[in-house]
Amino acid sequence: MKLLFDYLVFPGFIFSACVGLMAGWVDRKVTARLQWRIGPPWHQNFTDILKLLGKETIVPAGTKATFLLAPFLGLGSLILAATILGLSVRNPLESFIGDLIVVVYLLTIPAISLIIGASSSQNPLASVGASREMKMILAYELPFILSIVAVIVKSSGAIELGQILNHQLNSGSNIFSWSGALAFLVAILCMQAKLGLVPFDASEAEQEIMGGTLIEYSGAPLAVFKLTKAVMLYTMPFFLIVLFLGRDLSPLFMIAKYAMLLVVIVLIKNTNPRLRIDQALRFFWRFPTLLALIAVILALFGK
Amino acid sequence: MSHKVIVPIGPYHPLQEEPEFFQLYVEGEKVVDIDIIIGYNHRGIEKLSESKHIDQVPFLVERICGICSSSHPYAYVLAVEDILGGEASVVPERALYIRTIIDELQRIHSHLLWLGLAGHFIGYNTVWMWAWKYREPVLDMFEMVTGNRNNYAMFKVGGVRRDIKDEDIPVLKKALDDLVPALGMFRGAVMDDPVIQARLKNVGVLTKEQAIDWCVIGPTARASGVNIDVRRDEPYGVTDKINWNVIVEKEGDIFSKTVVRILEMYESVSMIRQCLDKMPKGSIDADIQDIPPGEGIGRVEAPRGECFHYVKTDGTNRLIRHKVRAPSFMNVASNKVAAVGGTISDATITLAAVDPCYCCTERVAVINKIDNKKILNGWDLIRLSQEKTQKLKLQKR
Repeated sequence: MKLLFDYLVFPGFIFSACVGLMAGWVDRKVTARLQWRIGPPWHQNFTDILKLLGKETIVPAGTKATFLLAPFLGLGSLILAATILGLSVRNPLESFIGDLIVVVYLLTIPAISLIIGASSSQNPLASVGASREMKMILAYELPFILSIVAVIVKSSGAIELGQILNHQLNSGSNIFSWSGALAFLVAILCMQAKLGLVPFDASEAEQEIMGGTLIEYSGAPLAVFKLTKAVMLYTMPFFLIVLFLGRDLSPLFMIAKYAMLLVVIVLIKNTNPRLRIDQALRFFWRFPTLLALIAVILALFGK
Repeated sequence: MSHKVIVPIGPYHPLQEEPEFFQLYVEGEKVVDIDIIIGYNHRGIEKLSESKHIDQVPFLVERICGICSSSHPYAYVLAVEDILGGEASVVPERALYIRTIIDELQRIHSHLLWLGLAGHFIGYNTVWMWAWKYREPVLDMFEMVTGNRNNYAMFKVGGVRRDIKDEDIPVLKKALDDLVPALGMFRGAVMDDPVIQARLKNVGVLTKEQAIDWCVIGPTARASGVNIDVRRDEPYGVTDKINWNVIVEKEGDIFSKTVVRILEMYESVSMIRQCLDKMPKGSIDADIQDIPPGEGIGRVEAPRGECFHYVKTDGTNRLIRHKVRAPSFMNVASNKVAAVGGTISDATITLAAVDPCYCCTERVAVINKIDNKKILNGWDLIRLSQEKTQKLKLQKR
């Protein structure tokens, strides 16, 4: 019963979705102010989801089950990741060995569910989007995991979130070391790609492939995908805070750190055009991967 | 991997919101061929203008295009004045200056509009919003001079309809002064941004030979190193009495098309300033009464390229033939070479880089149905939608 509460309410689904949707509103509002617009009211994202839930769901012929299940697969696994993260912060002793690896896996599933859903819709534009999403996964996972490896090495080989937090509690946040700072920089770039925001939003590019992966989705499944995005906007910065800024986790500091990461995300989003998929791939495999490797090596030398 | 997939852009452009149809033949992400289909929206403007009298036609033709809505009436009045013996010999000098001011203001607003759209097309929405924000003062200037933000209703055979008031001139100059730093900002933001350069350089290249072969005009041609500009080659208004440069770039990629348009805005600002300084006092209308029978042509450098009008009169107050060629008609076809070989991501911006204006260029399309490929025209689409509505109504019952 307690587990169910953890998963569905706090720190799981309802909490993460609300925080994510509010963060999405902050993103929209700040973006609007940057672009000399007024921006939507605070409840806009909630209203959008509610409205989508009430809309008709149109399913392409012959693809019923996969097409409809894919969004729930993504949302479900992402909420699990958010729950594990939240629990480990609430009580670092409660975490289990290897939960870091579980979270990394679970964070990949939303992208994979997007690919599954898009491919099953049999739309040429969706298949282009799916192939781009696949390339993006190939692009950002390597530097992302390398930057996490740097953190693991720093915390003397711990693959448990609780231990990583304990380590930072004793010897300061990871970001205040050379390796941690480098890995953090890489992780921010990967976060931008994982969130599917400009400049790494080629798989959805409304101007090129008209929404790409999401083109055939409507109604409730689309709302679920939008929710997945919102929860992602909560989970990814949260994950980065746990990994790199985990010294002081009192609520006030958490909010401040989260807001800082959100500002970084919005700034990157608004000061860059979209990269072509081959450029994004080349970018991730050169510069961030190299930086992450250096971070791992530095961490091995204890810097 | 030679599996060809057709990626459709159209029949209604999702972003430009105009009727056109590009069929991209795609292998993976690479565009291997492209079909350009226009002709969904026949508006019958040439026929309509034969039923109006000569002074009414400028109001009609400025509605051909909402963005170059001074180029079309200007080209039309030039064509009629050609019958009367040429613009310079008919129109009072002050009117010539006012015409050039309107024409160049329109170029600034059109190029800013394109810059914003181009930003949007490569996913850079901040540039989009900022470009359109700085376009607003230009529209305000229009409102001050002509009373309208768009469709200015300024041109008439033999002159212009409204004078620029003396007390407005300092305000206009101030607005132009305020515009220059904004242009400088775009110049910096677009021309120095490494990510924009990565997206636009060597993309959608149209070489000089291709540009000549495909008869492109306007900024599209000038970006490919073809040094043409009607304002210099066949001066109208006062373009031969003031100092300005034709901007020519060599590369032919989208980046140089952007550069040409940004630099042209600077030239336009300087032209308007000179016009405001040099403008003589005097009448603004020659009060033309009769148009003799004859044929005339008018050519104007619209923001998208040369806009061409032909008129034939028979001595009455109506035209017996009016022919319009909008610049996009020449430019859109060049996508056949510019977009092929790139990726889908590049195709979107390449198709937009010629600053197409499909509605202006629409005309009756006679389609040759080769190998039984079905292409729908406007009437087919209406019929299809009516059939669909019928079917839905039957289902509801």
